[in-house]
Amino acid sequence: MLQGPVIILTAFAYLGLLFAIAYYADKRADAGRPVIASAYVYSLSLAVYATAWTFYGSVGRAASDGVGFLPIYIGPTLMIALWWIVMRKILRISKQNRITSLADFVASRYGKSAALGGLVTVIAVIGILPYISLQLKAISNSYALLGNYPAITMPEPDGTLHIFFNDTPFWIALILAAFTIAFGTRHLDAAEHHQGMVAAIAFESLVKLLAFLAVGVFVTFGLYNGFGDVFARAAAEPRLAGMLTPLEGVAGGYANWVWLTILSMMAIMFLPRQFQVTVIENLDERHLNKAIWLFPLYMLAINIFVLPIAFGGLLRFPEGADADSFVLALPMAEKQELLALLVFIGGLSAATGMVIVETIALSTMVCNDLVMPVLLRMRRLRLDAKRDLTGLLLGIRRGAIVMILLLGYLYFKLAGEAYALVSIGLVSFAAVAQFAPAVLGGIFWKGGTRRGAIAGLLAGFAIWAYTLLLPAFARSGWLPIGLLEQGPFGLELLKPQALFGLSGLEQITHAMIWSMIANIGAYVGVSLSASPSAEEHRQASLFVDVFRQNPGEGGARFWRGTASVPDLYNVLARFLGTAGADESFRGHAAARGLRWPQDPLEADAALVHHAEVQLAGAIGAASARVMIASVVKEEALSVEEVRAILDEASQVVVYSHRLEQKSRELEAATAELREANERLTELDRLKDDFVSTITHELRTPLTSIRAFTQILLDNPDVEGDQRARFLGIITKETERLTRLINQVLDLSRIESGRAEWHESSVDMREVVADTVTGMSQVFEERNIRVEMRLPEGVRAVKADVDRMIQVMLNLLSNAAKFCRGHIEIALTEQAGGLRVDVRDNGPGIDPADHAVVFDKFRQARDQADAKGSGLGLHISRQIVEHFGGRMWVESAPGRGACFSFTLPT
Amino acid sequence: MRILVADDEPHVVTALEFLLQRAGHQVLVARDGVEALALAPSSDLVLLDVMMPVLNGHEVCREIRRRPEGGRVRIVMLSAKGGQADIEKGLQAGADLYVTKPFSNQELLGRIEGLLSR
Repeated sequence: MLQGPVIILTAFAYLGLLFAIAYYADKRADAGRPVIASAYVYSLSLAVYATAWTFYGSVGRAASDGVGFLPIYIGPTLMIALWWIVMRKILRISKQNRITSLADFVASRYGKSAALGGLVTVIAVIGILPYISLQLKAISNSYALLGNYPAITMPEPDGTLHIFFNDTPFWIALILAAFTIAFGTRHLDAAEHHQGMVAAIAFESLVKLLAFLAVGVFVTFGLYNGFGDVFARAAAEPRLAGMLTPLEGVAGGYANWVWLTILSMMAIMFLPRQFQVTVIENLDERHLNKAIWLFPLYMLAINIFVLPIAFGGLLRFPEGADADSFVLALPMAEKQELLALLVFIGGLSAATGMVIVETIALSTMVCNDLVMPVLLRMRRLRLDAKRDLTGLLLGIRRGAIVMILLLGYLYFKLAGEAYALVSIGLVSFAAVAQFAPAVLGGIFWKGGTRRGAIAGLLAGFAIWAYTLLLPAFARSGWLPIGLLEQGPFGLELLKPQALFGLSGLEQITHAMIWSMIANIGAYVGVSLSASPSAEEHRQASLFVDVFRQNPGEGGARFWRGTASVPDLYNVLARFLGTAGADESFRGHAAARGLRWPQDPLEADAALVHHAEVQLAGAIGAASARVMIASVVKEEALSVEEVRAILDEASQVVVYSHRLEQKSRELEAATAELREANERLTELDRLKDDFVSTITHELRTPLTSIRAFTQILLDNPDVEGDQRARFLGIITKETERLTRLINQVLDLSRIESGRAEWHESSVDMREVVADTVTGMSQVFEERNIRVEMRLPEGVRAVKADVDRMIQVMLNLLSNAAKFCRGHIEIALTEQAGGLRVDVRDNGPGIDPADHAVVFDKFRQARDQADAKGSGLGLHISRQIVEHFGGRMWVESAPGRGACFSFTLPT
Repeated sequence: MRILVADDEPHVVTALEFLLQRAGHQVLVARDGVEALALAPSSDLVLLDVMMPVLNGHEVCREIRRRPEGGRVRIVMLSAKGGQADIEKGLQAGADLYVTKPFSNQELLGRIEGLLSR
């Protein structure tokens, strides 16, 4: 049954089915009901990572290295755990800038540099060619193997060039090219997602997984009795037992594992097809969340039967067969025709999936980053005069697809036989790993510059070509093999596979170490030594700070100049078609609440930026820049200006910090003012109270004086004693008035600081004695016994002697007023000063009033009938405090009062 | 007529006592608000100082007016405070007259007579 025509027919039927799926998905997408808007489809499309290399090659590597095939799948699993940080950022950047490919991403990051985009494209194409040739080899080998059924004969490398139209791989390449063109460039709109392709790829991922699992189950449970049985039999064979411990006795074993893992971590990010499905074809950032665990699950599933199949093959074909063919050879040897056919289809799925996506991604790069920039610069072509260039774009892409596949075929013919499948894949991995410094550095480090990126890529790529590509050609006989064995010109130090004497490592590890050192070294070194241009500065900030920007604001801030709406429309229409341009302008207008084309649009920075981004989605950032610049008049921004705009953003932050601080200061000032105002209001109230109290205090004696004067005036009959008593009252009240006025004046002088102080050395004993003598008449009148305790030799105080007499007079008058016949005056020396106590045996003062008695016009309530001005104690305290002392009262009701003050000596 | 003089200034009390007795009235004296309240019911007219210890004039006045028989007694508020606000406050508390210190003897006596004959 398995004759050539059957196989070919099945293969074409399968491709037809794929095409139908793609067609249906595209139709659904056009109708606005995409089938691929699902995290599961997205995750399955990521599994384009598993190619024919995985399908056939993993078993091949496992058959020689045991578990040595694992790093290729451990790497992606590790990397995807970091995607939350890395890929989310790349996704956001790519969506905001409508990035069309990895080359576009790098070019855009480093100032929309066409040179850099071109370089990345060249590296990607050359680097990926071995990988594409590997797929061709896999399809061709599996077809040849299956075609010889029931015999199991491996195709022999004959080393001769077939005439190409007699050669199967040549036709495979052409068929795949046609098919890729149908998938990837069917749409006239060059910018949009390839939804049909993604749907087909997801389906292929399912098919290859099912096919591989089917073989695995057949071998493990059909030929043997489960995993345990397979491993037990392998362990029983001395030839195979060692493979279960791959790291033992292998020089650099750990280094190889580590580097292979790192290599695969880079590959899952930077293989053009992975970038295509992960970033370009992504419809929703949130799909990433599921993919982060679904994709590793897929990797686990497709690897679980690798070792059983490898051991099964080694046990079944002890004479040694091409281990890369075990997956297919085992069912054939067991006469399982349908299973063999399914395996062939699975392998075809893996290979076509890879080829389709990879070539679409590469052709986009070639078109946007290699061909278009050149064409746009060639004025002779007068491209700017052509109305519609969408056809040209698609033509370039289609040409690129054919060219890439034919180059892959060429590599297959020239060097394809030099390595096993896995090694060919790793050569490509090592090539795309060269993008890692420029891309990762580009999204996390603003200091990376265009020159640094170019230098890094060139250095890394050169080492890659020297250590990996060159040996492949040498082994295939296209270059003298002596180059590998003795080094160029016999220089051992430059041997491509033991550069600078580094030997004992696998070839890939060796290449990775040197190329990464050169790449990172050049990237960082040159970046640090060269200062970036304005454009680079701006793009660096847009990329690195992507999460800190307002969506839609983006680059518009950086544009200054004049443009016209029709010019912008025309340039867009040329590359997107009029329908695309209309839709794009409609979207821009709608975001501003306008309707295109009814409402006039303003050709402002936002519109120019919008047009450029739209255009970038079709022809890449670098070309879009050139096209937009050709239809608008723009003012070039200097580095300083870009920096200023960037600073503005950070200044806004600083400014708002400052504002906050200012407002805090203002609040504090307001609070202070409010407090001051309250104090002033309180002072004003106190002043009003004071005036009101003074008025009251003045009117009270005046009332008596006026009343008695009138009495005496109106009643001449008042005689003798009564008359004398009334006159006495008048005199006393007059004195009271005088005293009051004097005290008010005195207080006002003290409080305003206008009082005169005659400071001298004052002996308080003298002051006390003099005052008591002066008041002796009062004491006698009231029959008061004054007791003085004035110790000899107390130190003098610094004070005004008249003021001290005033204080003593006040305290003694108060005491005389309230005492019940006894007053005691005591002088005591204290640490640093002199203390004076005036104690009476009067009614005492309620503790609640102790503080109040020193206030202006405040008297303890139960002493209110003992008339005083209410100013004496207040003034006394002010005087004592003026000389650095303190005055207070100690008293309890019914137990007398003791007024005390201290003065420093 | 019985007139209560409620003031904590002894000299003012002496003067008023002399004047009112000369005018033929019987004079009662209170030295603070509480005494004033106690004596008010047995008086025809109260001369009430505002700034008094314990209970001030306003409080005494309101208390007198609050009582059932309080409407009968005439109240003349005497105060050293002569602002418009003080006068209004005094009248609101229930005083019939508000006289500021210092006062004219003749005028005060005249107004007291006028009040008593109403």
